[in-house]
Amino acid sequence: MKDIFVLIEHRRGEMRDVSVEMLCGAAKLGGTVVAVLLGKDVDAFAEKAAGYADKVLYVNDPLFENYNSEAYQKALSALIKEHGPGLVLIGNTAQGVDLAPALAVELGASLLTDITALEMDGDKPKPTRTFYGGKLDAHFTMKDADLYILTVREATFTAEDPSKTGEIVKVDNPVTEDLSYRKFVEYVEPEVGEVDITQSTLLVGVGRGIREDKNMPVVEELAQALGADLAASRAVVDAGWLPSDRQVGISGKTVKPKLYLAVGISGAFQHVTGMKGSEVIVAINKDPDAPIFGIADYGIVDDLFKVVPKLTEKIKELKGA
Amino acid sequence: MNMVVCVKRVPDTAESEVHIDASGKDIDKSRLSFGINECDNYAVEEAIQIKERLGEGTVTVVSLGDKDSDEVIRMALAKGGDEAMRLEDDAFKGGDGLATAKALAAAIKGLEYDIVFTGALADDDGYAVVPAALGELLGVPHATYVKKVEILEPGKRAKVGRELEGGLMEFLEIDLPCVLGIQTGINEPRYASFKGIKQAAKKEIAVKSAADLGLNASEVGEAGSWAVLEKFTPPVVGEMAEILEGEPEETAAKLAAILKEKGLV
Ligand SMILES: Cc1cc2nc3c(=O)[nH]c(=O)nc-3n(C[C@H](O)[C@H](O)[C@H](O)COP(=O)(O)OP(=O)(O)OC[C@H]3O[C@@H](n4cnc5c(N)ncnc54)[C@H](O)[C@@H]3O)c2cc1C
Repeated sequence: MKDIFVLIEHRRGEMRDVSVEMLCGAAKLGGTVVAVLLGKDVDAFAEKAAGYADKVLYVNDPLFENYNSEAYQKALSALIKEHGPGLVLIGNTAQGVDLAPALAVELGASLLTDITALEMDGDKPKPTRTFYGGKLDAHFTMKDADLYILTVREATFTAEDPSKTGEIVKVDNPVTEDLSYRKFVEYVEPEVGEVDITQSTLLVGVGRGIREDKNMPVVEELAQALGADLAASRAVVDAGWLPSDRQVGISGKTVKPKLYLAVGISGAFQHVTGMKGSEVIVAINKDPDAPIFGIADYGIVDDLFKVVPKLTEKIKELKGA
Repeated sequence: MNMVVCVKRVPDTAESEVHIDASGKDIDKSRLSFGINECDNYAVEEAIQIKERLGEGTVTVVSLGDKDSDEVIRMALAKGGDEAMRLEDDAFKGGDGLATAKALAAAIKGLEYDIVFTGALADDDGYAVVPAALGELLGVPHATYVKKVEILEPGKRAKVGRELEGGLMEFLEIDLPCVLGIQTGINEPRYASFKGIKQAAKKEIAVKSAADLGLNASEVGEAGSWAVLEKFTPPVVGEMAEILEGEPEETAAKLAAILKEKGLV
């Protein structure tokens, strides 16, 4: 079996979990696992990766101080051409989706993005991924190729304890081109609002099912009765019905309240990532197939406009008693 | 500045039951409603806003799809798009992200453009492949998950903000022409005016086949894809939620009682 490359993702001094997950997943596929680390003075990440890989290719260069998909693409394609892996795993992250498709085109490689499970048939991957916002699993085979590039959804593989002591090989930066046509400028932190939902004990999460801004009092009253704060799916924030600091999910906040009551939220992976650690999850949704019911502890399949006002009443009664 | 916007017509599956059809490789679409892919709607708006801000330029709408896609194309025209092209060919069917990007690249190559806008990903397949692949195929820089666009110098350079995990924004400067994959929430998509809709109804949509674009049938669609969809299955879920049954009055009471029992009320 040919080698497996795993791209280590890191940002602002932190190595992302998906990197270790992919290394652990790759170790189970058979073959030599090579961690590829591009960065500036990130020796600690090289050592960490060595605990999960047979080899670490480490390019230490100022070019990689901040992520730049052009620089990453050039470096990776050079390393891939030199070392000839059969499979490259890249996180299906904001970095990964900006990088992997262009890399695949450049190398004429086979590509499948956002995989959620992986089996191998010899050198050939048989990946699974989701379609229709998580409503179906799609099982794939891949046509014969010299190189397969897969982007991997976080938590597809489980991170385990380190069990290897891979050799760390320092490699000269293979990138010599002028990349000023795409230049990193700065990071800007998201705005901070008045309520920090990561600290809330009780959250009512509201989704697109609320339909219109003018319906917001329906959930506001429930939140008030419970003494909960309001959180939201991206759809609600995009529509401007709640400010962005209330957004739960992959591009919003990660919350772990005692109660997360999801109202009119379908349960897309990007949302669930941000709230699956909640102690008790309740979902109210009219669609019995909504993926949110797969993660919730309790569910009510019904029209939120019928159930929520009743629930608000019942809570008030209980509190009054 | 000349801008191109790629749009896709997709089924709305968030609120409907999704049934796998007899082939096992597709879904029964007969009872689904369709519309423009969510982030494409924001991409259309962004292109039109830039045109309006600069007071010059054109917006060309491109879509790969059958005749039904005319509906989403015309809506984009009604909002301020100038021209439209639809790519239709049996050869385009069943393409993965790279195959779709190849067809779009062949169509866009022949146009004059400063920015090609696409949505960050399609709601149906969720591939998120087109923006970066298209940039590479066209030989221009790209950025995706874009939630802010500022034109620094028309036709020359732009500053764009990419949305990363946790809402962190990564700002970068990029040379034009380029491809930008637009994320939802970047702007407030407008509704088309009645007048716009009437005007758009009269506009011509140029339909191009694979041969028109100089593409061989083996390069695109299912034949040109690396990934082969074998079958759909319902998702494997862990333990399903305990569903509380009854009329709203009862389910609300049951839920309230559970919350009380758990010390949450
Ligand atoms: C890169 C990226 C990052 C993302 N980041 C995030 C993120 O951080 N957070 C996030 O939330 N999303 C995020 N998303 C978007 C995510 O994929 C979904 O589109 C979004 O979560 C959907 O929000 P929703 O559940 O409110 O809406 P929908 O998916 O439209 O669901 C609405 C739900 O309401 C139900 N409903 C409708 N009417 C009623 C009624 N009367 N009574 C009861 N139920 C009703 C429907 O059955 C449906 O299940 C991201 C997407 C991408 C591509």
